[in-house]
Amino acid sequence: MNAKVDVVINGERRSVPPGVTLLELLAELALDPRAVVVEHNRQIVRRPALGDVRVAPGDAIELVHFVGGG
Amino acid sequence: MKTETPSRHDATMHDSPLTIGGRAFQSRLMVGTGKYPDNAAMLRAIEASGAEIVTVAVRRVDLDRSKDSSVLHHLDPKRFFLLANTAGCYTATDAVRYARLGREAGFNDFVKLEVIGDEETLLPEVQGLLEAAKILVKEDFKVLAYTNEDLVTALRLEDAGCSAVMPLASPIGSGLGLLNPFSVRTIKRRLQVPVVVDAGVGTASDACVTMEQGVDGILMNTAIAAAQDPVAMARAMRLAVEAGRAAFLAGRMPRREVAFPSSPTEGMLD
Repeated sequence: MNAKVDVVINGERRSVPPGVTLLELLAELALDPRAVVVEHNRQIVRRPALGDVRVAPGDAIELVHFVGGG
Repeated sequence: MKTETPSRHDATMHDSPLTIGGRAFQSRLMVGTGKYPDNAAMLRAIEASGAEIVTVAVRRVDLDRSKDSSVLHHLDPKRFFLLANTAGCYTATDAVRYARLGREAGFNDFVKLEVIGDEETLLPEVQGLLEAAKILVKEDFKVLAYTNEDLVTALRLEDAGCSAVMPLASPIGSGLGLLNPFSVRTIKRRLQVPVVVDAGVGTASDACVTMEQGVDGILMNTAIAAAQDPVAMARAMRLAVEAGRAAFLAGRMPRREVAFPSSPTEGMLD
């Protein structure tokens, strides 16, 4: 019971609870949803929709932000 | 207040603002935020540069360390115009992906579009650049396209709807200065959209000479960030960009191959 599912976050394989939403995932990672942009299987998910999208096994999630650059 | 005689500040005071994609900017110097020893030095250097447009890159959040790599913790987006770049992208597809993420992370529709074609020189891949520019313009991005100093590519980028075209002075991070003033002048003469030289200046004289070509602005990062004193160099660059712009507006004297005395030839003693 309570089997976890594998997803790939920022290129790293991670186990997450099944059916977790992207918003919950950010909370688990201690990331402020206002400070990151979420790409879910190559689709950008805007902030208001983060609580509606649930992750499935094998999903690819990218969490990005602005860093120094030229 | 109106004065009879022009003040020494008039050349720059009477300059029109730099308008890109419908937005007016007072500073013609744009700066990057990469490669600084620390964030405090970066912020002080940016302040000393007087830049309004500040470039940033889109990268993965560091999941394991709580290291504070987000540049937004240090740069107030209300104070600076954050220009997301697509640095590090080698295909049009990647550049479009990064541009979309940047728009989502950021506060405007502007993107500094880079599609790189060669690792050693970081020279642009112009086919991918044009392809990405067309896609992004269709998506209502204001595209500022980093390109080489080739006129035809610059013309195609303008035709594609880019808001500014950004030819290099010399390769990114090289500090070699303006290698091809003729080509950059030609691009400026032929394009309607702003021409901002991006990459390659090494020191203040490079920035000054570049602005003297009549281009609309300069974007730089390494020349400031990698100087021994970035804050002092940022100030030097601000002055150099202003001086170069003022000299361009003033109109330089013609070049002559022979000397011409500055003092009267009459009235000499026997």
